[in-house]
Amino acid sequence: MINERFELNKNLAQMLKGGVIMDVTTPEQAKIAEAAGACAVMALERIPADIRAAGGVSRMSDPKMIKGIQDAVSIPVMAKCRIGHIAEARILEAIEIDYIDESEVLSPADDKYHIDKTAFKVPFVCGARDLGEALRRINEGAAMIRTKGEPGTGDVVQAVRHMRIMQAEIRRLGSLSPDELFDAAKDLGVPYELALYVHENKKLPVVNFAAGGVATPADAALMMMLGAEGVFVGSGIFKSGDPEKRAAAIVKAVTNFEDAAVLAELSEDLGEAMVGINAQEIELIMEERGK
Amino acid sequence: MKIGILALQGAFAEHEKMLGSLGAETFEIRQKHDLRRRFDGLIIPGGESTVQGKLLAELGMLDDVKSAIESGLPTFGTCAGLLLMAKKIENDSRAYLKTMDITAVRNAYGRQLGSFSTVAAFGSLGDIPMTFIRAPYISEAGEGVEILSEVGGRIVAARQKNMLAAAFHPELTDNTTVHRYFIDMVKNPR
Repeated sequence: MINERFELNKNLAQMLKGGVIMDVTTPEQAKIAEAAGACAVMALERIPADIRAAGGVSRMSDPKMIKGIQDAVSIPVMAKCRIGHIAEARILEAIEIDYIDESEVLSPADDKYHIDKTAFKVPFVCGARDLGEALRRINEGAAMIRTKGEPGTGDVVQAVRHMRIMQAEIRRLGSLSPDELFDAAKDLGVPYELALYVHENKKLPVVNFAAGGVATPADAALMMMLGAEGVFVGSGIFKSGDPEKRAAAIVKAVTNFEDAAVLAELSEDLGEAMVGINAQEIELIMEERGK
Repeated sequence: MKIGILALQGAFAEHEKMLGSLGAETFEIRQKHDLRRRFDGLIIPGGESTVQGKLLAELGMLDDVKSAIESGLPTFGTCAGLLLMAKKIENDSRAYLKTMDITAVRNAYGRQLGSFSTVAAFGSLGDIPMTFIRAPYISEAGEGVEILSEVGGRIVAARQKNMLAAAFHPELTDNTTVHRYFIDMVKNPR
């Protein structure tokens, strides 16, 4: 039963591929996102850029606010719980969320353990900076992975680094001889079976999206070129001058990421992009949360 | 034989893999100019119907795809693909290609917690595994629509002339029955 549930949960992520998942804070934003072509929305009280600005402890959103967004749209609705916060995850499951993001964007509730996601019926997506983190989260039951990036910065550099590292490690694992896999699994800190899966299939066992700092159609296309199967856009849309137009352009850029002429057209006249801060200018490094 | 796979969003790679394993040549359709290539069959994959429908319209492909299907191009839609072909969606004001005389119910089994897998008969070809992900079903089928599968009294697979629609995802299983049925439709058009 658990295995069947995990398969179904992995399958939902497969349906999201080639799509854009957008952060929204109100039912109105959710409708704008759906109309612009989002394949799912992430319901949260504050987008990462504002979480960063506000400081303090950042927690799961009010279930009433999430339910308002569930009622407003027909596409899947995701929401974030704190790393290791089993009770927040149970609450999100109780309101039938489509995906829980056990997210480093919120303040971690547990600085050692992640949630045992195999104990849940609803699916989880988790952030990862490299192959080891990704496979550890999958071993805990995550049915989808995303790069961590550095949320709320509008700076894509970390997402690029994480995706590059992950893809390079996947290629490396794929090239090892079978008797080297035991030691590789030990070095990565992951179960041998998952290392073997990557070795044989040259990919993660679940869908892998890019997240963190994506602000333009070109950023989204870049992540797809680097091997992402879809893109999360957090602060980049509703912190920009013309959210509707930017959102729609990013959706089209993900579909046609290989056609530079299309990308050029999509990049025109989008108005003000989110201002952004360079990752080295910030004090709070969210990607360090939860390894 | 060459099958075009609509690759705007969703699980198109899974169809490519399955058709490849059956010896069919495939290519991805992402833009209007891809539709000018010669192909013998079309797949509209699972994903979000709102996203695929919007992109079909905005990339200027909706009318071309619609007229190709209406002039007999063998077409197989899974999940979102079923919704895109449906004449009417009961719980949604949107409708897209409107080529198939069926009424569909979107997210008919609820949210992700309602997703399930089961085993049921596909036409006369025996039982096959079926995976339903936030799936629709067909609530009404017009005359001339052949019902191929029912689960719990709901229609989940049907055919009308050159169109095949499934609410479930055969491309997510190892069972090739439905794809072989579609290849047969391409080889022997009605």
